Amino acid sequence: MTDHTILRVVSKFVLPYVLLFALYVQFHGDYGPGGGFQAGVIFAAGFVLYGMIYGLTAVRRVAPERVIEILIAVGVLIFAGTGVLTMLLGGNFLEYGVLTPAYPASGQHYGILVVELGVGVTVAAVIIAIYSTFAGRGRQ
Amino acid sequence: MNWLASMVGDQLPVLQVIVPLLAAPLCIILRRRSLVLPFAIIVCWAAFGVSVALLREVLEVGAITYELGGWAAPWGIEYRVDALGAFVLLFVSGIGALVLTYAPRSLIDEVPAGRHYLFCTLYLLSLTGLLGIAITGDLFNVFVFLEIAALSSYALIALGGRRQALPAAFQYLVMGTIGATFILIGIGLMYQMTGTLNMVDMADRLPAVEGMRTALVAFGFLTVGIALKMALFPLHVWLPNAYAYAPSAVSAFIAATSTKVSVYILLRFMFSVFGLEFSFEHLGLGRALMPLALAGIFVASTVAIFQRNIKRMLAYSSVAQVGYMVLGISFATATGLTGGIVHLFNHALIKGGLFMAMGCIMLRLHSVDLDEMAGIGRAMPWTMAAWALGGLGLIGVPATAGFISKWYLIQAALEQGSVLVAVLLLLSSLLALVYVWRVVETAFFREPSERAREAREAPLSMLVPTWVLLGATVFFGIYTAYSAGVAEQAAEAVLRGLP
Repeated sequence: MTDHTILRVVSKFVLPYVLLFALYVQFHGDYGPGGGFQAGVIFAAGFVLYGMIYGLTAVRRVAPERVIEILIAVGVLIFAGTGVLTMLLGGNFLEYGVLTPAYPASGQHYGILVVELGVGVTVAAVIIAIYSTFAGRGRQ
Repeated sequence: MNWLASMVGDQLPVLQVIVPLLAAPLCIILRRRSLVLPFAIIVCWAAFGVSVALLREVLEVGAITYELGGWAAPWGIEYRVDALGAFVLLFVSGIGALVLTYAPRSLIDEVPAGRHYLFCTLYLLSLTGLLGIAITGDLFNVFVFLEIAALSSYALIALGGRRQALPAAFQYLVMGTIGATFILIGIGLMYQMTGTLNMVDMADRLPAVEGMRTALVAFGFLTVGIALKMALFPLHVWLPNAYAYAPSAVSAFIAATSTKVSVYILLRFMFSVFGLEFSFEHLGLGRALMPLALAGIFVASTVAIFQRNIKRMLAYSSVAQVGYMVLGISFATATGLTGGIVHLFNHALIKGGLFMAMGCIMLRLHSVDLDEMAGIGRAMPWTMAAWALGGLGLIGVPATAGFISKWYLIQAALEQGSVLVAVLLLLSSLLALVYVWRVVETAFFREPSERAREAREAPLSMLVPTWVLLGATVFFGIYTAYSAGVAEQAAEAVLRGLP
């Protein structure tokens, strides 16, 4: 799409806001509508837009397949790792209250933030991986 | 150390699920074949260790519960292990560990080297799902774990990269998704009526609304969905190709565990949640299941006789064996249920072992066609001897595990006064004799095919696990305290219903 100047310029202009909005949805999910899944989808949408305008090679330069694959795993590990941490602190799996024994409510707050971050990372990475797999079909 | 031991003791139910769950993404990060496979094997054996500890505890103190996230039962998600669940956990994790130990050599041959870490990830996820189904006390959680197990097994089947594997996996995906959707709709309707997803709570509240049409619709959706998942005749069409064209290790694992866990779901829903009285006395589920089970046994066994591809033959035989399990359940008596439940276990051992032996054949012959297998008994005596042993179990010869199952089933039939069913059961064994004998005869008594002449015995790394599993079928055919004994306790627990 090298000759579509308007698309190229506008998408470049919009991209930072897409990613920023994703982060807003991610970290505001505990108070407003949103959360890890929605944030991950929006974040990945930024990459899909970038890929559609600038091509798959450009996306893979920013987000190499191997890195994306590892991020898929890292998100799950963040989620389940939080659960293991609460177990090591003497609670049940994912019992966030034990993170801050003095005031369990704030531990539950931290816990859900971290867990949602894990969801966000995995969802974003999976969607980028699906896009890049389908877009890259027949190239190898 | 004491502190650690007591912590692990309290957390056993959740460890059963999260040990393989955490290990799955780690496999992607480790990536290197030399690291991933030993790691995954250790994890599987650890999961087996947890299930042994769980079963011991359950047999000692009765059902144990675990509150996820510390939220109390009807509101939070609860894990609940009783005798039936612990029994299923034990053989699923045990066979999972044994098959993965057997897998590395066969993977080199059948799965491109770059995908071995993905194989381990998917295998562990599938194990996670199957174990999760058997441990959870929450209806929606059952669906989630069901999807984890199913989605990863679709990918596992397609992983070999053989052409026929792709349509087989896709067909399984379509049918499996229909099944899962039906189950989800059923659960949704039940939730709508009772406002709870906890099994114990649901069993408590259902009687008040059981007269309503929504309850009947939910029951119908669930029955059909579960029947699809466990490949009950005539909803079995996805199974033969999926088992036949998957990589050998995948066939062995899925054939041994996945339909069994679906039968477990049937038991859970129909007995524990809806209750014996509603499912069987009021709606007559037994009268619906029995003819289907018997038809499945005869039709699938007959079709199996005419298969050239021996993995496909074993797959059809699996459909027939699901019939035996469902037949036992359809009696809805202690003996019948014991027969059905013990057959879950016995058939898992037998069919897992048989598919593992077929993996050895695949490794050396690069084919599982009956004609190519002519005379293979001379080149691979240990493999084929193991196969024959498993075959005897399928027929139900005394002193094999299969005999124990059929013994209970026939006893249950006679208790109910249905001599006809007992006779049919005996006749069906003759069909199994035919399809087993066909392979044994070809392998031992026919002139070796060209490929069979060049074949060598399978490597020890594959033979030993195969023999362990098939040896176990003889062990449990003679010494039944830990198979039929536990199954009896599980059957009693199921008939008693939830507290």
